[in-house]
Amino acid sequence: MSAVADPPARVPPDRRPPARRAAVRRLRTPAVLTVLAVLLVVSAVVSIGFGAEPLAPRIVLDVLEHRLFGGAADPTYDAIVWDIRVPRTILAVVVGAGLAIAGAGIQTLVRNPLADPYLLGVSSGASVGATAVITLGLFAGAGLWALSLGALAGALGAALLVFGIALAQGGLTPLRLVLTGTVLSSAFSAFASFLVFRSADPQAAQSVLFWLLGSLSGAAWDQLLLPLLAVLIVGGVLFAGCGWLDALAAGPDTAASLGVPVRLVRNVLFVLLAALVGALVAVAGGIGFVGLVLPHIARLLVGARHRAVLPVAALAGALFLVWVDVAARVMVRPTEVPLSVVTGLIGAPVFLLLLGRRTYRFGGASS
Amino acid sequence: MTHGARFPAPQDDPRTPHLEARGLACDVGGRPGRGGRRVLDGVDLTVRHGEMIGIIGPNGTGKSTLLRVLAGVRPAAAGEVLVDGTPLRERSGRSRAREIAMVGQEEQPQADLLVGEVVALGRTPHRPPWAGGDAAERDAVLTALAAVDMDEAVDRSVEQLSGGERRRVLLARGLAQEAPLLVLDEPTNHLDVRHQLSLMRMIRRLERTVVVAIHDLNLAMAVCDRVVVLHDGGVHAAGEPESVLTPETVREVFGVEAVPVTHPRTGHTHLLFTTHEAGEPS
Repeated sequence: MSAVADPPARVPPDRRPPARRAAVRRLRTPAVLTVLAVLLVVSAVVSIGFGAEPLAPRIVLDVLEHRLFGGAADPTYDAIVWDIRVPRTILAVVVGAGLAIAGAGIQTLVRNPLADPYLLGVSSGASVGATAVITLGLFAGAGLWALSLGALAGALGAALLVFGIALAQGGLTPLRLVLTGTVLSSAFSAFASFLVFRSADPQAAQSVLFWLLGSLSGAAWDQLLLPLLAVLIVGGVLFAGCGWLDALAAGPDTAASLGVPVRLVRNVLFVLLAALVGALVAVAGGIGFVGLVLPHIARLLVGARHRAVLPVAALAGALFLVWVDVAARVMVRPTEVPLSVVTGLIGAPVFLLLLGRRTYRFGGASS
Repeated sequence: MTHGARFPAPQDDPRTPHLEARGLACDVGGRPGRGGRRVLDGVDLTVRHGEMIGIIGPNGTGKSTLLRVLAGVRPAAAGEVLVDGTPLRERSGRSRAREIAMVGQEEQPQADLLVGEVVALGRTPHRPPWAGGDAAERDAVLTALAAVDMDEAVDRSVEQLSGGERRRVLLARGLAQEAPLLVLDEPTNHLDVRHQLSLMRMIRRLERTVVVAIHDLNLAMAVCDRVVVLHDGGVHAAGEPESVLTPETVREVFGVEAVPVTHPRTGHTHLLFTTHEAGEPS
């Protein structure tokens, strides 16, 4: 007789009881959004107290109350809170939300879980522009706006180049976009490095590096409008097209058979994302990690449909960046740490912990 | 497996053909001369209402390419596809997707979705891109899933499904499109024999016009009203399975010897295969 035991009785796949994981895998989107929104408002107010000069919550609330409902607060505190920290916190909210939305969009456009908003060559293009401003004194007439202007010009120029080359070679297919974006990004970075290298100013390298790693320290009220508009418009359009994005995520042939104009959707998506990332990079430099990871965290929480992912990722990204910026302000007081340093140091282990807790899938891939 | 009775019988239907191809040419990888290759040329094809047509041919003859062009997912290099007598390319993508649903061969439902969410994709042509997730959608999804006996699984994660269940979920997505024409590329690929037969029986029951690419000649014989054999860049033969899939045709197209035998219980014709070399008298 064979020593091999009988195989266990096979349960027909159709009768298998649903695994318990199915029930706990998803949280309800409205509940998640509510919790995130409350946390975001509380965090935004609390975060104003942190900085080179710590302020008690009472003082922060006092200034906010007087500003919003009339009256005069202590002018010193008023200047710190209203002129410096409030716009900075709002900028953190806007940039965090925008990067997360852009990340979710680009991951769908190129159908790749490793894609981040900077894949399109936009940020390295921006770095060429910003470096040119820092080392060559380009746009000197624009004063404080010169850096943003240079970055924006570089970002849009680079996006145009990636777009044009990918289009000329047959269309914005995922692989072509990834390759074109990656290759041109390296070229732009090399060019930026060359500008730094040939510069006589010893401070230039330091300034460029600080800018490349992202910072919100330049936040001011009059800088908020551009990124805010970009996030609202692009976020709104993406949300309005979430059914088509879902189809696109399923693959180009599937999307086409579902009646989605694939080419048009890809082109519009690229233009919107490039404009959004360009606007964000122009005001905040390059902030890593947020656009790569927050969309994944949103998918872990509420599943992969864009209707749920986009708003959840936006709020989570805003919340995340508010606290990242707080950490950047207080870690090495009174100097500031670039944001990418914080996102990398804090974010990476947090994300690995989150990922490690369960099986995670992206499209067909799994970990 | 017996053919379900269809009224009117497809061959007696006086209406214009449901799907028609006239002088169709298909390229893969772009235009010939620009890195592409013409795989099919001069393909004429007529599919009547309610008919199930099998597309047959060796690997690389362009079955999948033909199906994509017929479904309007890829443009034809030349010639025309007509649906109910009107050219397919004159329709918007949305209107086309309400008329023709296609499920591809290597498609996999996304593992990060729930079964119901995959099927809900089929509702895309019926709603604006911002809508979805309402009760009507849920009803349509459940109806489509019920047709493939998967409605119990609507809230399960795709990652928990077997290969056969995944194929059925994709079929349900096609059904949720509520299109009268179904184009299916190797729907039984990678399935064991039991699931192959049950899936084909399910498709047979749908009461839609079906164009299906099938590898298994015996399966094609068992379920299709007519078959179209592709070979050498065009249609080699077309007609009722038993008159088309003769030993001569099989030898010319597939290069194997086929011996038709009658199933002792069902009376249907089956083909037994031997390779050319083995079949030659020594």
